[in-house]
Formats: sequence, C-alpha cells, structure tokens
Amino acid sequence: MFRLLKTAPPTAWFGMIVILAYIVIAIFAPAIAPYGETDIVGPEYDLWSEAHPLGTDNLGRDMMTRLIYGARNTVGIAFVTTIIAFFLGGALGLLAATVGGWADQLLSRLVDVLMAIPQLIFALLILTIVGTSIPAVILVIAVLDSTRVFRLGRAVAMNIVVMDFVEAAKLRGEGLWWIIRAEILPNAMAPLVAEFGLRFCFVFLTISALSFLGLGIQPPTADWGSMVRDNATLITFGDVTPLLPAAAIALLTVAVNFVVDWFLHKTSGLKDV
Amino acid sequence: MSDTSTANATAGNGGERPVLLQMTGLRIEGRTEQGWSEIVHGVDVTLRRGEVLGLIGESGAGKSTIGLAAMGYARDGCRISGGAITFDGIDMREASDARKRALRGSRIAYVAQSAAAGFNPAHKLIDQYCEAPVQHGVRQRREAEGEAIDLFRRLRLPDPEGIGFRYPHQVSGGQLQRAMTAMAMACRPDLIIFDEPTTALDVTTQIEVLAAIRDVVEQFDTAAIYVTHDLAVVAQMADRIMVLRHGDLVEENETRAMLAGPDEDYTRALLSVRSYRKDAAEIPVHDVPILTVDNVTAAYGPVPVLRNVSFAIHRKRTVAVVGESGSGKSTTARVITGLLPPRKGRVLFEGEPLPADFRQRSRDQLRHAQMIYQMPDTALNPRQRIRDVIGRPAHFYLGLSGKALDERVRDLLRLIELEPDDYIDRLPTELSGGQKQRICIARALAAEPALIICDEVTSALDQLVAEEILKLLQKLQDDFDLSYMFITHDIGTVRAISDEVVVMLQGEVVEHGPRDEMFRPPHHEYTELLLSSVPEMDPDWLTNLLRERGEE
Repeated sequence: MFRLLKTAPPTAWFGMIVILAYIVIAIFAPAIAPYGETDIVGPEYDLWSEAHPLGTDNLGRDMMTRLIYGARNTVGIAFVTTIIAFFLGGALGLLAATVGGWADQLLSRLVDVLMAIPQLIFALLILTIVGTSIPAVILVIAVLDSTRVFRLGRAVAMNIVVMDFVEAAKLRGEGLWWIIRAEILPNAMAPLVAEFGLRFCFVFLTISALSFLGLGIQPPTADWGSMVRDNATLITFGDVTPLLPAAAIALLTVAVNFVVDWFLHKTSGLKDV
Repeated sequence: MSDTSTANATAGNGGERPVLLQMTGLRIEGRTEQGWSEIVHGVDVTLRRGEVLGLIGESGAGKSTIGLAAMGYARDGCRISGGAITFDGIDMREASDARKRALRGSRIAYVAQSAAAGFNPAHKLIDQYCEAPVQHGVRQRREAEGEAIDLFRRLRLPDPEGIGFRYPHQVSGGQLQRAMTAMAMACRPDLIIFDEPTTALDVTTQIEVLAAIRDVVEQFDTAAIYVTHDLAVVAQMADRIMVLRHGDLVEENETRAMLAGPDEDYTRALLSVRSYRKDAAEIPVHDVPILTVDNVTAAYGPVPVLRNVSFAIHRKRTVAVVGESGSGKSTTARVITGLLPPRKGRVLFEGEPLPADFRQRSRDQLRHAQMIYQMPDTALNPRQRIRDVIGRPAHFYLGLSGKALDERVRDLLRLIELEPDDYIDRLPTELSGGQKQRICIARALAAEPALIICDEVTSALDQLVAEEILKLLQKLQDDFDLSYMFITHDIGTVRAISDEVVVMLQGEVVEHGPRDEMFRPPHHEYTELLLSSVPEMDPDWLTNLLRERGEE
C-alpha cells in the first residue's frame, strides 16, 4: 500500500490531500468553526472583516462557519447516498448478470424505465410528493443513481460470468452468494471503485442542485448548494462570496477525479505514454 | 528489381546462393515494470535467396520477435537495441520509416498466426489482396486480380475464380490462412515471414495449408522464415532449422542433419517430445463403468450438435475423445457435467442415472466428476491466491479447515510437483502456463474425484511442458485410481495417454475401441484421415503422404 502511494503522480497527491482536508474539516467542524452553525452573529451581508473572515450571509450568519458546517452536511449526505446507490445498484447488477434469464430481464427493464426520465426532474417530482426530509433526499437520489451503477456492474460482470473459473465454481455446486462475492466481485472491483469516485461527484452535484432549487437539504442546515442560492443577490454587486461554496464543490470534484484517474490508470494496466 | 534478376542469374544448381538477409548480434529489449529487459541476446541469422529457415522454440523463446525484426519491425513495447539487420544491402535499422514501408508488403511479407484476426472483415478477400500490389505500384488492379485467381488456384483453394469475392467470415479458417499466404505472395516478395501459420488449425486442415505453402514458396523461389513451436511441422518446410531458447540460439543445422543427430540436449528433448507412451490397459468387460453416456442427443436451440452418442469410462482408465473442432467433443463434456441437459438419452454414474441438470445433482455427485480446462488463464480466478483456489474444494466438499486444510493444500502442491512454500500464497498471474495448468489439476484433485474430464488440457501449452503435464496426469491416475475423459484433437496426446479411443465427427461417434486396435488398420475413413494427418519428424513425411493420397 505504501509502495503504491509512493508511485502516485502529483495530481493524485493533490487530490488525496484535498480530500483529506475536507474530511478533517467535516469531522472537526464544531472545533474549527468560529461560531455556531445557525447563530446570527452580525448584520446581513456584512463585508469581509477580522470578526467575519468571509463576511456574513443574508441572515447575518458567519459565512466561514456555514462553509465549514456545509462540508459536514453536503459531503456526509453525498457519501451516504453514494454508498447506498452502490450497494443497491452493484448488488443487483452483479445478480442480474449472474442469474441471467427473466430476473435479468425484469431488473434491466425496470432500470431502463427509471433511466428514461431525466434524473433531476424525476427527483424533483418524487421529493415534491414525499416531502424533503434528509432521509427522503438520500433515498431518492440513491435509487436514481443506483441505475447507473447497475448498468456498469452488470456490463462488467457479464464479461466475467462467462469465464471458465465461474463455470468451475458453478459445477462445484457453489451457491449464488459465493459466486458473486468470491468469484465475480473481486474481478469487478476496479471499475466499480473508479465509478464510485465519479458517482460521488455526480451525487454531490445533484444534492447541491436540489438544494439550490429549494428541494434538497432544508434551512437552517448549512449546505453549499442552498448557500449559493441564498446569497445569489450579492453576485450582482460584484462580490465573490456567494461563489465560495460553489468553488468548494468544484475543488472537491476535481480532487476526487484526480484520485480516480490515478486508480483507473493503475488497475487498467495502461502504459505511460 | 534488377537485384532479383542478377541474383537469379547467379544462382547456380546447388551452388551457394547470395545472402538475402543478414542479422548479426541481434538484441531486442522488451518493456517491463522495472524498465527495459533484454529478451533476445545477440542472435545471428543468415538467410540466402530461395532458402526456407525454420525458427523453433517454446513460447517466450523470442522466435516471433526475431522473425519480425527481419522487417526492421519491433512489436509494441519492444525495441531493437543492438546488432545489424541487412536486407539485400539495405540497413534496416538505419532505413527511414518511408523506406521500410516501401519494402514491407512488396519485398518482405508477413503471414500472421491468426488469419481470422489479420483480415479486415468489412472487405472482400480480393480487395484486400489487391491493396498491396496496387499501393506499391507494381501491378494494375486488373492485373492483380488475374494473378490473385492464379495464386488461389495454385494454393488449391476451392472455386478460385469466385472465392476472392467473398468476405473473410464466409470462408473457413484453413482457406483464410491460404488466402493470406496468397496475399503475402501478391508482390512476389523476396522474403516471407510465416508466424505459426498453422498452429490454430486442425491437423487435417494443417496438411492442406502446409502443402500449399510449400509448393508456392518453391514455385516462386521465395525465401522464407518459418516460425513455429512444432518441430515436426518445421521439418516438412525448412531447409535449415534454428532452435532458440530464452532468446539465445541453441543449435543451428540443416534440417536432415539436425533430425538425424542433434548436438544439444534441448534439441534432443524437442525431438523425442512425442515419444511418451503408456501401456494401454485392458478394458474390463463386466465391471460397472464409472461413467456411461447412454444414447445422448443434444442441441443448442434448434441446432442438433450430438446424435446418439454412447460410450463408457471404466475405473482407472483413460478414454480419449478425438475429433476436429465442431465435432461435438466439448459438447459431450457439457452434457456429462450437466451444463447442457440432453434432448434424449442419459448419463449414468456407477450405474446410477445422474440428473440431467447440474443444479439438481447432489454435492457428492458433483464432487465425483471434476473438470480441467483448456485455458488455464481463464480457468483460475486471477484474484484468488493458490491457497484459496486449491483449498476451496477441499473445504467445500470435505469440510477441511484451519490446519488440516493448510496441510492438505501443501500435500496437493507437492503432488503436482510445486514447492508449497514458494507457491501457496501466489496469485495465478505469477505463474507460467504449465504451472497454472498444474494448479488446475490440483484443484480437481482436491475434490477427491473418481473422474476427471480433461478438455484439451495440453493444447495451450508448449510441447515439452505438455508432455510433463501428461506424465503427471498418468502418475496421478496410477496413485489414485482416477478415470480420465480426455478431449483432444491431438493424436500424439491420444497415443501417449489413452486406453480407449472415441472418434467423433459432426456430433456422432464414428469409431470406438481400445487404443491399440484404433491405431491398427483397418480404420474408419475419417479416423484414417486424422491419423495420417499428424506430422511426423521425418522430413519426407509430407511429400510421401501427398503422393500416397494423390494415388488413392
């Protein structure tokens, strides 16, 4: 593992350091942040000052505090969502490929139906119906994103199921669970992990987009997406403050992709050109 | 072209002919994780006009790499790092890419191992044939087409006028290989490099291709480098043979002289490769066979692939199932293992009928019939350590775990002659092809089966390695009273290991009996064809065989 890290290119190092910084900030948010998450500590739209390094927002809450807590909420929720999407989509995808036949048909067509509707509009629709609690947001996005994971998992597993070692396991009398877990999953891991990184970014963007539209994480919880929306007025005055949460999103996305690129490169055995 | 005419003029009868290709101190490096490592260590090759040189060796010996270097070409990930290559006075290492491009296809041509992969599936054969001569400006399109038909006829392709207008998928593998040879001849090159042109073909097809290649090379007085791992094949084709190993020259001599008296042990081993024979055992008459295939008819969808197949395998006996590809050998194995339930008929184990579908068989029924596959690369999970690969069946069927399991795995590794401490924690990717196949054997043994189905287990291996595997299988049979069903298209393997032979053709059993009887005439006409098509070390074998077949 250590040897592997030593061979990592600078871009991957940059990505890993940025991700680590985000994680540290998210975990120790209460210790790092100068104020409470929802405390109103000054006038609205205050300028950058010593007391408020990044000024205050539309209700007079400290912008920097909100950014730090936002890391915790937005990143945390995105992470949980991605994990659920992966377990759901990955497990069903591998299952569909291994079992084949009508089970595969049923699952695949169901996924086709879900994928046929534009994702954001579908999410908006369902969230309007079921309400916008955080578990609802997580579940809806997880289910919608799991369709993409399903497609990938199934496609990768399709190429593995036809290998002789899977046939050997079947003829040995192994159960479905063993075949998926011990024979197929380890060989499908590389593309799935790579996809995990990318998917994480997409989930992140979806949550932020939903929050921006008012259907994601609800106030007063700090969230980068809604922070952009709440303070959007300032942009017209030429102030960059509302764009800082957007920059935080962009930086994390770039960082994750750097790491994923490196990982894909490592596992695909591509030659350095 | 003036060089060619003077060369032909000076070529006397039996006199030394001018040198066409000279490689001295050739060194080639390949890229690895740790940087460049040398794979060919200074080999000298001299080829005269009209001469056929055989390059022979096991995989990794560098024979294809040397063949390609004659064109001044190194494969992706390889580079020519030292030595001189001179083709007809041209320094191929210094020549510009444009210069080399002008030579390739027109004066030096290449015939690849897999013709199916070498042809563009979207174009007709004749269009691909005409591309090189027209591109190099040596022929007009009309002229080239006429010559193509002439060459197709000389190469004994059926319907020479029409075959060029078919697409590659519309002709058979052997025909495609001949069409590729025709393509290589299109510009009347001085040198053709044949890279294992018949390795992927059945023995019966191989004969036709070999004969066609040999005739056409003789007729046009073309020099050739013939790369193969089969000494018997190269004996038919080459005037001179170079034996290579690990990128070094082992021995070089005229074909007849080498076959008559090799100087090196390695060459001697290659020569004696098909000599292993076991004594065929008697087939018991009254015993209940371990496995009986009873009147099986099977089909993939509406297409029938097996018709009324019946045979039996007795305890401690080896039954070889022989036939060319598509004859239904592997399908029979799928019926026995329960992967393909038959339309009609049944499979009995020790007299008891087995459920047709493997999912309905009990764990014990599954344990008794194990399988070893043709491709050890795909038969082993690349992410599982050897300990888990071999340990799983022992744990799964016999309930071993912990210390007992570890001991069992070590025992099995010792049985297949691999040092347990060195190998137990390796991944399959850290093994050679022969070692992987040994691991597959150990995995089958771990289940303590009564019957092992071996599906072309040696055909992906070099001959020397294959022979060791056969000997190992024989030793295991003697020690553990195993029965084998040996699926193969290689008569040499049949001769080496079988007690009984089943010959299949187009889904039917055409001949069936004890081995020694099978190798004694009279044969079924198809068995005769199969038997006589196996190349022998005798350099006159092909000539004699063709004469015999011509007389019949």
